[in-house]
Amino acid sequence: MSAVLIIEQVLNGLQFGVMLFLMAAGLTLVFGVMGLINLAHGSLYMIGAFACAAVAMATGSFWLGLAASIAASAAAGALIEVAVIRRLYDRDHLDQVLATFALILVFSEGTRWVFGSFPLYLDPPEGLSGAVTLPGGIDYPLYRLAIIVAGLAVAAGLFWLIGGTRLGIRIRAGESDREMIAALGVNIAALYTVVFALGAGLAGLAGAMVGAIQSVQVGMGEPVLILAFVVIVIGGVGSVAGALVGALLVGLTDTLGRFLLPVAFGAILPPSEAMGVGSALASMLIYLLMAVVLIFRPQGLFGARA
Amino acid sequence: MTRRIAMVAALAALIGGGAVADTVKVGMITTLSGGGAGLGIDVRDGFLLALKMAGTRDVELVIEDDQQKPDIAVQLADKMIQSDRVDVLTGIIWSNLAMAVVPGAVRQGVFYLSPNAGPSQLAGKGCHENYFNVAWQNDNLHEAAGAYAMKAGYQNVFIMAPNYPAGKDALTGFKRFYTGKLAGELYTKLGQTDYAAEIAQIRASGADAVFFFLPGGMGIAFLKQYAQSGVGIPLIGPAFSFDQTILAAVGDAALGVRNTSQWSKDLENDANRAFVAAFLKEYGRLPSLYASQGFDTANLLLSAMARAEVEDKAAFRDALRKADFASVRGKFRFNTNHHPIQDIYVREVVREGDVLTNHVVTVALEDHGDAYAAECRM
Repeated sequence: MSAVLIIEQVLNGLQFGVMLFLMAAGLTLVFGVMGLINLAHGSLYMIGAFACAAVAMATGSFWLGLAASIAASAAAGALIEVAVIRRLYDRDHLDQVLATFALILVFSEGTRWVFGSFPLYLDPPEGLSGAVTLPGGIDYPLYRLAIIVAGLAVAAGLFWLIGGTRLGIRIRAGESDREMIAALGVNIAALYTVVFALGAGLAGLAGAMVGAIQSVQVGMGEPVLILAFVVIVIGGVGSVAGALVGALLVGLTDTLGRFLLPVAFGAILPPSEAMGVGSALASMLIYLLMAVVLIFRPQGLFGARA
Repeated sequence: MTRRIAMVAALAALIGGGAVADTVKVGMITTLSGGGAGLGIDVRDGFLLALKMAGTRDVELVIEDDQQKPDIAVQLADKMIQSDRVDVLTGIIWSNLAMAVVPGAVRQGVFYLSPNAGPSQLAGKGCHENYFNVAWQNDNLHEAAGAYAMKAGYQNVFIMAPNYPAGKDALTGFKRFYTGKLAGELYTKLGQTDYAAEIAQIRASGADAVFFFLPGGMGIAFLKQYAQSGVGIPLIGPAFSFDQTILAAVGDAALGVRNTSQWSKDLENDANRAFVAAFLKEYGRLPSLYASQGFDTANLLLSAMARAEVEDKAAFRDALRKADFASVRGKFRFNTNHHPIQDIYVREVVREGDVLTNHVVTVALEDHGDAYAAECRM
């Protein structure tokens, strides 16, 4: 096993983590500010991917598709917030889970109705295709590097938005005491719609970026949604910084675990058994990580409330 | 739209065919919603096309969606057997659903014609006289890939499949015919969509070919990422990742890949030429492997109906066993365990105008049965 391979795997883990962050950021904001469990977040990811694929196919430009994906998923997010989610803030979590699960079904079948049952085609843009050679002789796909850079840029933008702008102050205020800021004259309904649309837009962006290297199909959002929930539980519900750290931890643990565990078991077991045990354990690894974090810090790494 | 036509056709058969004594009632349980819907839709459309081309009014068809869930498939089968009183069941795509439905159904005296799934349990010790598989035993296409890897002179192959029963069968099937060295053997997570870690290992392994079995969206994701990674090692796989239903989504990343299949749209026989032309005309798209299997399943049923009444189970079973129909894959007969003996081809993905499709390159295995037939006693 060479150093080059390990560095390549670390990059892969980073890229996966950055993707998860885009999903988890919206989820954690919505939960933190509004106290809402949104299972339909994965559907917004799917909408982003489908919007990007459809627009890229029609216009031939991936970049227009990317813009369309953010617009479409943010619009869908605002729409469901006004039409459905708004009625759920005062209900308990079970009602929220039921209603947003219904939204998953509506979005999945609606997407099939519009786009059909076959996966759509979406490729990375011409300028970002192929591999580049990094210092040290590592061949790495350019598009994945671009995802890492874009994801970190979005993370920086989000921290600035929350930490350094008026909107961010209101979001943080809404997180700690929603009656009080409503009493101070902040239009809380509009604020919630904006936060929800922001989270939806991030999910859509993630869907579009990932869609170009995965398969754009109905149901693509739910596996990512589960991982995103793991991320926010590890990072601490409601914390964007926690989402970033949690996402990178999950990304690195999953990627390196898949790669190193079979090798590690190979030292003590015959190759075929090592492979079986290693890959079985690797698929549990992030849940083990979550369990360990919960034992030592039940509120998550950056969580404020227990 | 096509679903509505199917409903009307079924309804017409229900009303018009009620008085005819030799009407056969067929229940189709297949996947029409969710991520795997493309496969079920193609099986259904192929089946309906065969009925339409035969102009028959003697088949009453009930179609239901199993949503790719075993519990729902079992409920539907119970309903079809007990309240619809079907004579024949068909349609299931996935092996885990087939295992949940088939053993119970055939024990109740219903015939089951499998248009896709062929788990090893039903081919060996668990075989049944009322169960017929019209597609393949699950290992077949992987065995052919192994045989092809030997024939092509590859000596150090990297093999990879998801960590679930069909994935393990795939690698076992491949190794049954490929006896060279393995550069690596990997089981991935079922439903995994990111293959960066695996591709990095392939790059570092020094393999001279890669065999992979990643059905559905997993295959699309892997192929796109593999093409982006710049690793140029040749790929071999079963037809499932290179079929007409997903080639458009994979794009040029699939060009030139060799894959194994019992059917291809350019096979030279009259039945196939007629099938491909009629499918294209009826549905406006090229047929897939799954459509060809649905089409053959319906024609097998029609051939048995022409020879025997379905009420006479023994005669109908013998008629099915004869497989006296023109299969779109050319040669076709049943083995002692009611699974096909057929040629399996190597195809290559090519561009034809602006669509991607497959061309037959060579034959990987001739008159190929399966490894479990000897264990089957009926």
